[in-house]
Amino acid sequence: MQRLTIDDLKKIKERYEATFTLRHGNHRARVIIHMGTCGISAGARTVMSALVEALAENDVKDVIVTASGCAGFCSKEPMATVEITGQAPVKYCQLDAVKIKRIFTEHIMGGDAVQEYALVMGSENSY
Amino acid sequence: MEDLSLHILDIAENSINAGATKIVIRIAEDPGSDNYSLSVEDNGHGMDGGVLLKAEDPFFTYDGDKNKSKSKKQKKRFGLGIPLLKQAATECGGEFRLDSEPGKGTTLFASFRFGHIDRKPLGNIGATMLSMMCGHPEIRYVLFYDINGGPASGSSFHYGFDSDALKEALGETPVNLPEILLMVRDAINTAVMEGRDQTKTAIKSHNRV
Repeated sequence: MQRLTIDDLKKIKERYEATFTLRHGNHRARVIIHMGTCGISAGARTVMSALVEALAENDVKDVIVTASGCAGFCSKEPMATVEITGQAPVKYCQLDAVKIKRIFTEHIMGGDAVQEYALVMGSENSY
Repeated sequence: MEDLSLHILDIAENSINAGATKIVIRIAEDPGSDNYSLSVEDNGHGMDGGVLLKAEDPFFTYDGDKNKSKSKKQKKRFGLGIPLLKQAATECGGEFRLDSEPGKGTTLFASFRFGHIDRKPLGNIGATMLSMMCGHPEIRYVLFYDINGGPASGSSFHYGFDSDALKEALGETPVNLPEILLMVRDAINTAVMEGRDQTKTAIKSHNRV
């Protein structure tokens, strides 16, 4: 991979502007990676990088990835909350790069929560 | 924490919680004088003397400003990020300093002995920038990375990254698009590797820099 160049940025900009109107509506999903000290030391950065890679590989641009602090379950880190628009949020725990990619394929793109990795769904129903 | 770039990410999260809009990260490698230093400077709301003194204490929890009205409930704050970095620095014969002024911001400085066996490697600093820009794209991130090769190599290396310059080049396009984040990550990591090649500081015995 070479240096960041203005030409590369221009290309991305042009491509983005071409599809701008398509994506101006609502986002499909929001993924919150928990990035407190506990999450970071357990590998949240790897999880976030893997998710961003998956989004880039599949050219998905209507998923928002964001970060939050410690959720209070430090022993279950790295954690991520997946909020599909119109559905109850699902909290996943003890993630890694492979698990988050499976969640991306099955839950974010496919719509079915990966129950094996889930900690809680919504605020009360636990798996 | 496995490497210094994870510590940087962790400290930057503190800055973000303090309402910072600009975070300046400085990394300086100086094998000639056996020094490795990093600093994180923000323009957040800062800490007053009492909190500043206790921030390095792992058992300290912050209940919020007692003088503020109770109707606005403040979250209890606690954390191990600062004590962990202080431990990492002092274990490696380095120094740790935390300066802050309420309303102006906070500057954290940590140094290490470059060749100390326990000094953590820098690690994936590009991924740290990716995580910060992905999680909080509205903040301006500035990274300075300097290597002083010392008399052995006779050359030095300087690298700078400013997310506002990137935003300017991108115009309307958001900075947190996946492909832009990956480009930033790879560009920063490539620059770091080039710098080490140029200054020949990737000494075999310290190959883990």
